[in-house]
Amino acid sequence: MKLRNLVLVLFAAIAIGSCSESEDDGVTTTDSFDRKALLENAADNIIIPALQDLSDDLNSLKTSKDLFIATPNQANLDELREKWLDAYMTWQYVEMFNIGRAEEILYSFQMNVYPTNVTDIQNNIASASYDLTSPNNNDAVGFPAVDYLLYGTANNDVDILNYYSTDFSAASHQQYLSDVIDQMDALTTTVLSDWTGSYRDTFVNSTGNTVTSSVNLLINDFIFYYEKGLRANKVGIPAGVFSTTPLADRVEGLYSKEFSKELALEGLQAVDDFFNGRAYNGTTTGLSYASYVTELRTNNGTSDLTTAINNQLAAARAQMNVLDDNFANQVNTDNTLMTRTYDELQVATVLFKIDMLQTLNISVDFVDADGD
Amino acid sequence: MKSKIHTYLNRTTSAAPLAVFRIGFGVMMLYSIIRFAAHGWINTLYIEPQFHFSYYGFSWVQPLGNATYLIFALCGLAALFVALGYKYRISMLVFFLSFTYIELMDKTTYLNHYYFISALSFLLFFLPAARYFSIDTLGNTVAKDGKKQTPQIPQWTIDSIKLLLGVVYFYAGLAKLNSDWLIKAMPLKIWLPSKYDIPLLGDLMQLEWVHYAFSWSGMLYDLFIPFLLLYKRTRIVAFAAVVIFHVLTRVLFPIGMFPFVMIVSALIFFDSGLHERIISYIRRLLLPLKRFFIPLSRKRIPKKAMELKYKRFILPVLGVFFALQLLLPWRYLAYPGELFWTEEGYRFSWRVMLMEKMGSAQFKIVDEDGKSFYVQNSDFLTPFQEKQMSYQPDFILQYAHFLGDHFTKQGHKNVAVYVDSYVALNGRLSQPYVDKAVNLYAIKESFQHKSWILPFNDEIKGL
Repeated sequence: MKLRNLVLVLFAAIAIGSCSESEDDGVTTTDSFDRKALLENAADNIIIPALQDLSDDLNSLKTSKDLFIATPNQANLDELREKWLDAYMTWQYVEMFNIGRAEEILYSFQMNVYPTNVTDIQNNIASASYDLTSPNNNDAVGFPAVDYLLYGTANNDVDILNYYSTDFSAASHQQYLSDVIDQMDALTTTVLSDWTGSYRDTFVNSTGNTVTSSVNLLINDFIFYYEKGLRANKVGIPAGVFSTTPLADRVEGLYSKEFSKELALEGLQAVDDFFNGRAYNGTTTGLSYASYVTELRTNNGTSDLTTAINNQLAAARAQMNVLDDNFANQVNTDNTLMTRTYDELQVATVLFKIDMLQTLNISVDFVDADGD
Repeated sequence: MKSKIHTYLNRTTSAAPLAVFRIGFGVMMLYSIIRFAAHGWINTLYIEPQFHFSYYGFSWVQPLGNATYLIFALCGLAALFVALGYKYRISMLVFFLSFTYIELMDKTTYLNHYYFISALSFLLFFLPAARYFSIDTLGNTVAKDGKKQTPQIPQWTIDSIKLLLGVVYFYAGLAKLNSDWLIKAMPLKIWLPSKYDIPLLGDLMQLEWVHYAFSWSGMLYDLFIPFLLLYKRTRIVAFAAVVIFHVLTRVLFPIGMFPFVMIVSALIFFDSGLHERIISYIRRLLLPLKRFFIPLSRKRIPKKAMELKYKRFILPVLGVFFALQLLLPWRYLAYPGELFWTEEGYRFSWRVMLMEKMGSAQFKIVDEDGKSFYVQNSDFLTPFQEKQMSYQPDFILQYAHFLGDHFTKQGHKNVAVYVDSYVALNGRLSQPYVDKAVNLYAIKESFQHKSWILPFNDEIKGL
């Protein structure tokens, strides 16, 4: 072999080999599954409509809040609570999409960290100067803070109304309530307008199999939400599966005392809908990770996973349906039902994290793998 | 027979192939260390984690905090000295020890090709690789008549490297003789379609026949390439296959430096003529630098090929080394159960890219009051460690002990550690992996069969 040829061959080898180390998003291929259509379905039929709805809900919440502050009476309080719950339910369809602008501004940390920190809230109110966007205030803002402000500031509605009307500091109480709700609305507007602006196209065109492509980020966010936001936060932590004793005060909607189950069921529905590509507030389905998984497993001759996942989600829902409307009550009366719900949710975690990720073979090349 | 062996051992050949091999090895190792550091992996793999997974019996090998950087620096420097042929023996020894130390610090990062580097550097330590074209011998390559002359070294020293490479390939090929690889084309059927975003090849990777073609040709390649490289008439074609094969694997999989190491290593199979040309080429490149090297050289009288006084020592040591290389991959036969499932005897056996395996392991801590809670693995492990731990029994056991110790220290009494774990192998749906009724904290690590691993419930036929 001529030395020059050898050098050429080695150079070519190194050049080709090194190219693959760079990361390129957005490629066009013609294999049978249309990942771009999956992303379009997620963006146009699920994420953006849900954000739109949340934005509308928060607008109504703002209006009710203004009305309540102008006239703090029982009727207006009831109305305000109702709007809060509407928005909170819609939020369950939004929390998992911690991607793009939402990720940059730590949207979900400013919307739904619970338990809320009453001391921080009271200190903020007392000082009258606060930066609600500060990470220190993540547990003093968002839905859980409003939950406290509308239900937990006193033991009965009369005293709660007094808190906003006759109390010595009523004005600062009103101001904080107002600021927190306005902030939630502003954040949501920021995230939504990014989606309706340029981000949507960037998002749907990032179809590669890289650490930073939308196809991979989205499914990682989804699994993270399922495991942490739903399985652990809503059920596992209150049930005490990560602590020596149950922690009834960690439930979602702690102060309103009746919505934790409703919120958790809605979160589970959102998971189900997203996995199966079901349109937000609709029944039509489009391309989804469920269809992607089905296609891949049909092609490589392995058994059906999509049905297994959907059956398991149904089993978890059935178990959750048995629970008390207020998970805190459930934890205190019969926690075994709580842990049983957790166990059912955990089985689906395994299917998502192991079986689905193995099927998708998502690129997580943090280090070298083995060669041959 | 005995005389045949004797004649073989006394046969000498040009030192050029070994010199080129030494230079290639040193340069690639230096580059690997720099690349490793540039990726920030020293920090993320060895300094950030609060806990490291040790090989059985090597828990005393731990990262040294920020001094870990020094081990890497030492290793890189030794590689450079090896390439230059400067104080070769001691440099090779330092390289072998530092590299192996790095690998032993945490088995999370275990790769066959790291093990290959350790084994190869052990072997190289005994070989006269700096006998030619090295700083060590800079002053003494000129013979009495003034003509440049390539020193002679024993033929077996070059052949031993060929043997090691041959073992690596051939055993990798044997390991592919199983039904998942050949009949189901697994795990390539999972891996290749996910490479849809690779230019030109992406679409091809979706086709089923391609998966089978890759599986079968990979197996045939591994089994036969050593022989095709040995045989002069097929050598060039075989080398082209080496290049194509390894470049392809590099494009398809994140396997770092390994393909280049193997491509350059395969040059050892060529005759000394090629190596002489490579050396004269490098010599011309380095000519302007020569005056910097000369002061470093040890001007000494050329010795006879190979220090004979070591022969009594080196040959038996290498004999044992190769016997181990040949036997170690078969140790799995001593364990019951499916090797891919239990991984008992899986490592150090050139089993590469055979499994797509993922797991999830949820640990439960129970104290004497019967109170229990689950552990959030992310509190203790990096994502990479958690991933590796979740499907390898020896990791699971070691981590269970770490957790047991941790919570005992926190004041829990009579701690028991259980695990609820699932593993999916080569596309099969996930199954329970470890018996969740077994208190792992009460089980000692050993080379005994781990009876607490649940049965595989399927069969993979073949070796």
